[in-house]
Parts: sequence; C-alpha cells; structure tokens
Amino acid sequence: MTLTADTESDASQGAVAERVRKIREAQDVGVSRAEGWRRRGPLLPALIFMIAVTQVPFLFTLYYSTLSWNLVRPGSRQFIGLNNYIAVVQDSQFWSVAGNTVILIVGVVLISALLGLGIALLLDRAFLGRGAVRTLLITPFLITPVAGALIWKTTILDPNNGILNWVLSLVGIGPVDWIGQFPLAMVMVELIWQWTPFMMLLILAGLTSMPRDQLEAGRVDGATAIQLFRELTLPHLRRFIELGVVLGAVYLVNTFDAIFMMTQGGPGVASANLPFYIFQRAFLGFDMGQAAAMGVVVVIFTMIIASFALRLIFKSFSGKEEAA
Amino acid sequence: MTTTVEQTTAAKDSGAVSKKKKSKFSPWALVAWLVGLGFFFPVFWMVLTSFKQESDAATNPPKLFFVPTLDQYSAVFEQGIGPAMLNSVFATAMSTILVLLLGVPAAFALSLRPVRKTSDALFFFMSTKMLPVVAAILPLYVIVSNLGLLDNIWALVVLYTSMNLPIAIWMMRSFFLEVPGELLEAASLDGASLWRSVREVILPLVSPGIAATALICVIFAWNEFFLAVNLTAVNAQTMPVYLVGFIAGEGQYWAVLSAAATMSALPVILCGWFAQNKLVRGLSFGAIK
Repeated sequence: MTLTADTESDASQGAVAERVRKIREAQDVGVSRAEGWRRRGPLLPALIFMIAVTQVPFLFTLYYSTLSWNLVRPGSRQFIGLNNYIAVVQDSQFWSVAGNTVILIVGVVLISALLGLGIALLLDRAFLGRGAVRTLLITPFLITPVAGALIWKTTILDPNNGILNWVLSLVGIGPVDWIGQFPLAMVMVELIWQWTPFMMLLILAGLTSMPRDQLEAGRVDGATAIQLFRELTLPHLRRFIELGVVLGAVYLVNTFDAIFMMTQGGPGVASANLPFYIFQRAFLGFDMGQAAAMGVVVVIFTMIIASFALRLIFKSFSGKEEAA
Repeated sequence: MTTTVEQTTAAKDSGAVSKKKKSKFSPWALVAWLVGLGFFFPVFWMVLTSFKQESDAATNPPKLFFVPTLDQYSAVFEQGIGPAMLNSVFATAMSTILVLLLGVPAAFALSLRPVRKTSDALFFFMSTKMLPVVAAILPLYVIVSNLGLLDNIWALVVLYTSMNLPIAIWMMRSFFLEVPGELLEAASLDGASLWRSVREVILPLVSPGIAATALICVIFAWNEFFLAVNLTAVNAQTMPVYLVGFIAGEGQYWAVLSAAATMSALPVILCGWFAQNKLVRGLSFGAIK
C-alpha cells in the first residue's frame, strides 16, 4: 500500500490533496503493471459505459450534421459537407433563438445569484425557525420542473383566475395576460423561482465557512458594516458565487421543461431557446441534418462556459484555497 | 432593491452578533420568514388546489377556504397516473442502483487507491455532464429506435444512469477522500485483505455519503423530462410526461391538474428535504462541503 499515514482523521482539503499527490508520485515509480490494472479495474466499467452512452452519440451528431436528411423523405440521406452550418447561420430565426438563449441564461443566472446572495445573508444568522425557512426555500428547486411550470402557467399567471392578477387587482392594476404578452420574461420568472434556492445554498455554504474572527477583528478596528461586507465577506464569497454562476449557466443551457410547458416557444419563436428550437426542427420538422448542426453549435457555446466551470471545480480540489 | 437589502442586512449583522446572546429576535427574521413563505407559496397553492372541487379551483377571487375533497386524487388514478408512476419509480430506482454499482468502485479507484491519470478521468466524467443533452438527442433517438427500445423504460434507465453517474462519482469521491488514511493503514497492517478493509472499514464510514448521493440521483432521475418526452410515448411514459396531458385542453381543470402535479412533486420534495444537508455537495460536484 502506498497510502501514507500523515493525514489527520479530520483531514482538510489541503492535506487530502497533498496525500493524493504523494500517492501519485509513489505510483509513477513503485506501482507495478499488474497493480496498475488492479487499480484500474474498478474504474473501467464506469468509464466504458460513459464513453459508449455519451461520446458515441455525439460523434453521430457530428456526422449527421453533414447530411441532408429529412426523416419523412426516405432515401434523402446524402453528404452535403458544411451546407447545414451555412443554412443555420443564414437562418434568421436561429439568431433570434440564440439571442433568447443568451438573454435567458444571463438574466436567470444573474438575478437568481443576486436574490440568492440576499437570502443567504438573511439566513446567515440564528433566528427562530431558521431550519424551517431554509427547508421552505429549497423546495422550488426540488419540485418536478414540469409540475412547477404547470402551476405557474395556470394558477399563478392565468389572466382570468390567476392569483397574481387577483393580488394586483387589489391595488387597482388591471388584468394582464402575463404569458401572452411577456412569454420569455415569464419563463425566466419561473426559472428564477427555481434557481434562486440553488444559488442561495451555494452562497450560504460560503457564508458558513467564513472565518468569524476576521469579521470580529474588522469590527474592533472600527470598520462599518458596509466596509466589512465589501472588504471581507464579498471577496470570501466570490468563489462560491462564481461556482454558482457557471454551474447554473451550464445547467440552464439545457432549459426545456419550462418553455415546453408554459409557452411552447411561442408566439412564433419569441420564447424559444436553442434546445427547444432544435427539438422543434428535429421532431416536428424532421430535419435531422440542420437540427444536428445546431446541436453542434450549442455544444461549442456550452464548452466556452463549461471551461470556466471545470476550472473552478478543479481549483477547489487543488487545496490551495479552502472550500468549506 | 436587492443591494439595499444586502447592505442593510450586513449593517444589521454588525449589531446583531454582539446582541445575539440576549435575544434571537430581529426584524430580519421576519423578513426571512416572509421570503421563505413567498418562495414556498406556489407549492403550497398547488397542494391546496389539489384538495378542491373544480368549481372552487379556478375562481376569482381565489378561495382559501373550502370543503376539502380527495375526488381529484381518485380522478387522477382513473386517468391512468398509476402506470406513469410505476414507470417513474422503475426508471429512478434502477438507474440509481446502476449508478451506485458503477460509481462506488469508480469513486474508489479515483480516491483511495487512485489510478494513474486520476485527474484526466475526473475531467472526462465532469465534461460529459457539461455536454448539452440536446446535442445527443437525435442519434439517441435513432439508436434507441433501431434497437426497438422506443417507448421502453429501459432506454431511460440507461440514459439516466449516464446522466447521474458523473455527479455521483465526484460526490462519492469527496466522501472517500475524507476516510482517514491511518485507518486503512492500520487495517492493512493487521493483514486484512483489500476487500475486507473496503467492506469493514471504508463502506461503513462512507455509507451516509453514498445514501445522500443516491437521494440526489433519485431527485434528478425522477424530474427528468427532455429524454422522457422524446423517447417514450404511452407505455413507458414517466410522471413528467404524464403531466404534459394537462396543458393540451383549454378547459381549466386546475384541481385535477394540481393533484397530478402534487403526486409528481411530493416524492422528490421529501427526498430533497431529507438530503438537504448534503444537497450542496451534490450540486457542486463535491467542490463545496
């Protein structure tokens, strides 16, 4: 065994990372070939499974994107090179849908991060029923998204009997056809409701790990609350907020449920994002080639965000900074 | 508006900590409660509406008091929610079991007895999670239909396993790394075989973490919609797909709709409440404890 005994039972991230590094160094010289395979053994099933199920389909997508292929016209499969990509770039609907996608991701991520920060600050103090409040707050994130979207679309936002219009009528604001008039914004509202708890949880974890003696020292030095927040709390929270933002963005690229249930992307493509548009193209328009080309574009787009996400997650494992 | 709340919260904080020992009440507690109840309100309203008669459900002004009934729940069962629920249970349970069977050994091989290039393997698992599903759905549809598995629940079992496996590996790895090194050392000095030290030393220590991981996999698998709506129809439809039926009609059957939505949401809400202390770790791939 190459495990070293230098870790304490209450091992911190740093010590763990150190241990992993030592093990790895020891491996390079000491681990025999047979031992190497014995170690690899438990990993292989998962690795092979993931390559087969996630990588192979994507290679097919790349291939499909070079075909002119309509599902309802048999025998229409032929190689057309990059023509699908040219068609996609020239499709004005594609660009407005891509714009919607960006607005949706940026809007939802930023607003829910701000709300999440505010709520996390509220919860970062002892008060009666704090655990209960936290439990209430995480519920929107847990609820089946399809069910949540359905409830928002009907009981809350419905122009005639929705509860929002009833509340507004009490202060004399006339009935508004929320989803009809602001389809994209309403989808975003529902998603913000769902994602604020996610941000709140990550930021709250950051606040809990905040070194209290620093704040105390700052207070003794006569710093104002705003100064303390700006100089100590916010820098400490930065990594947690960043992680929330990039992970939220990576998940939100896939937004589909809320649009499908609330607006069906309409009117026209006013509230469609790329996944929904690709779904329409492929399964309602049966144009596999172009849908695949758009899929590849989404992947490139996601990879840009994902590279930030991966870096952040790996950074918190390097042990240089304490995660919690 | 948000910023003022934050700043005043911080401002309050400076006073509150010194006073905390005397009294735990502050107006900010009230604000926190209001915000919590506000976020919870749509869920509360869903559950409430599910116990109404249709005539009480879609009304203006909305009715808070009514004679509760279970009619909508029996109506939902008559409309065939049972098979959808069984499909959801099956896909969720099977995929979670597969995730654990594949994931526990993998997490072990990436933490306690690490393979070479551990970080490459970790990077690979993570990056599959970043690949948008929509980019793979067309070939998945073609492959699944060529295999004759369209509208077959096993297609979802396999895909949900691949969806949850990366999160599970990362999360369980973070639990494995917390196992103190000396324990393993001591076990191997005592002459325990690897398998015995895994079974008798490691597994008892990490089992709470594995349980939390399983709960988080359950939540994601149960709630999944995109793959289910594209790859299933009537036979293998899951709960979220079943709910789609309620947006079609123009008629406002809000009470029965709420009952169906509640049936779909309740199991995962309970799982999430249970796992809430480990939720952050799962959501951040183990990066935050």
